[in-house]
Amino acid sequence: MNPLAHIGSFALRRADRAGYVCDLLVRTVLCLPRVRRRWRFLLDTAFNAGVRTLPVTMVVAAFAGAILAMQTGIELRRFGDTAVLGTITALSMCREMGPFITGVILAATVGSSIAAELGTMTVSDEVTALEVMSVDPVDYLVLPRMIAMAVMCPVITVLSDLIGIYGGSVVAEFNLGVSPTLYWVSAREALTSSGMLLPKEVYVGLLKSFIFGVVIATVSCAAGLRASGGALSVGLAVQAAVRDSVILIIVLGFIVTWFFYFLAG
Amino acid sequence: MIELRDVHKRLGVRQILAGMTLTVQKGMNFVLMGPSGSGKSVTLKHVIGILKPDSGSAQVDGQEVPAMDRSQLMTLRKRMGYLFQNGALINWLTVFDNVALPLEEHARLPKGELDDRVHQVLRLVGLDHAAAQFPPSISGGMKLRAGLARALVTNPEYVLYDEPNAGLDPIISRQIHELIARVRDELHVTGLIVTHSKACATECGDRIGILENGKLGLQGTVDEMLHSDHPLARAFLGGSAD
Repeated sequence: MNPLAHIGSFALRRADRAGYVCDLLVRTVLCLPRVRRRWRFLLDTAFNAGVRTLPVTMVVAAFAGAILAMQTGIELRRFGDTAVLGTITALSMCREMGPFITGVILAATVGSSIAAELGTMTVSDEVTALEVMSVDPVDYLVLPRMIAMAVMCPVITVLSDLIGIYGGSVVAEFNLGVSPTLYWVSAREALTSSGMLLPKEVYVGLLKSFIFGVVIATVSCAAGLRASGGALSVGLAVQAAVRDSVILIIVLGFIVTWFFYFLAG
Repeated sequence: MIELRDVHKRLGVRQILAGMTLTVQKGMNFVLMGPSGSGKSVTLKHVIGILKPDSGSAQVDGQEVPAMDRSQLMTLRKRMGYLFQNGALINWLTVFDNVALPLEEHARLPKGELDDRVHQVLRLVGLDHAAAQFPPSISGGMKLRAGLARALVTNPEYVLYDEPNAGLDPIISRQIHELIARVRDELHVTGLIVTHSKACATECGDRIGILENGKLGLQGTVDEMLHSDHPLARAFLGGSAD
């Protein structure tokens, strides 16, 4: 195959996959009125997405906050301005690090599990069985997962933000010599000094995490539902789900920040 | 009545069906045999509308399946059951919940009535004792029987059986064959059965058709086929039961 044809074929496959994900998202949104029938399964999925991933998310968030405080604090110390360390750590965690960490961890744990589960169902005819029973797989399988992720991702993000800020306070106190009182007063002021109930950073972070939850669920479900063949294709579906979710988390994270801080002011 | 006329279907580079013509009269079990990859399961998928033919006609009770919209397909599928090779049960649901699934989704029955109906079909397939078990903890034969119960729970007019005894030992296979024959005799359900097994074909079938080069190369009643000297009949129905 000549290189041009190779590139064209690659682009077509990517476009096909992107089109399928968008179509799945629209079909899932159209199923929203039927969500009350799926509440039991929705709670199971929310439990899996939320409670089971909590320990690893908290550990990573604590260290992310610590690293953030350390990197920022080293530079601030040079200028003798470590008093704003709490502000910077709190706002950075809420706007960027909290949603990003939570998104990546949920993509790696819940997203991969969704892709594997749906992929296995697809290759073992369980999804076709739903179709021949006139049960819409989007309504039955995708909708509860998407709602669970859309709800749980912001919830875990809030916890990640808090743990990350706490991780930063430990570094601030023991490595940078910033008093805990100063750190927490500075962090609290940053999170409460806005005219709104909470500062813009928190809302932007929560919006990001909501988008990440929807994206992880949609991309992972799409990867699983498109699996064909056998175990190998399930493995490839998991790989595609995690890879595409992480790429989208980074790209969409950038776009949301750019929109709210540069385009919309 | 199920009727396929001159159906052609290509999947990728392979021509799977090439002029497939088949008629299944009401109340009978039609057995479809043929080599692996000859298009038996593809034929079933045309009947239930999972696949659309490239050309030709697939009809159920005079209604053209490929021309149906989504709601028409749903209506048709509620009148049909489909037994998959491995049962295709949902792993996180118990046997009871798997069988109840089509009723819960469509029938809107009161809880007591739904439970009665599910237990009734579970008794029919001899699985009432395993109602609370999950699919990974039951045998292949039990999965198939649970799949059959799920296919029957909505009182379908037609059931499509995709290799109902694949991978089963002769004793369990015979139980499944007896069940399929009972479903026809007692519930008057029309069946289209895909199998490689001579025992399945002769014990469950009224008519047998053998696929060759994408279409029925030979068909007839069970007796006609068993006594035929045609090479296809000898290849699939000669020798011992399996």
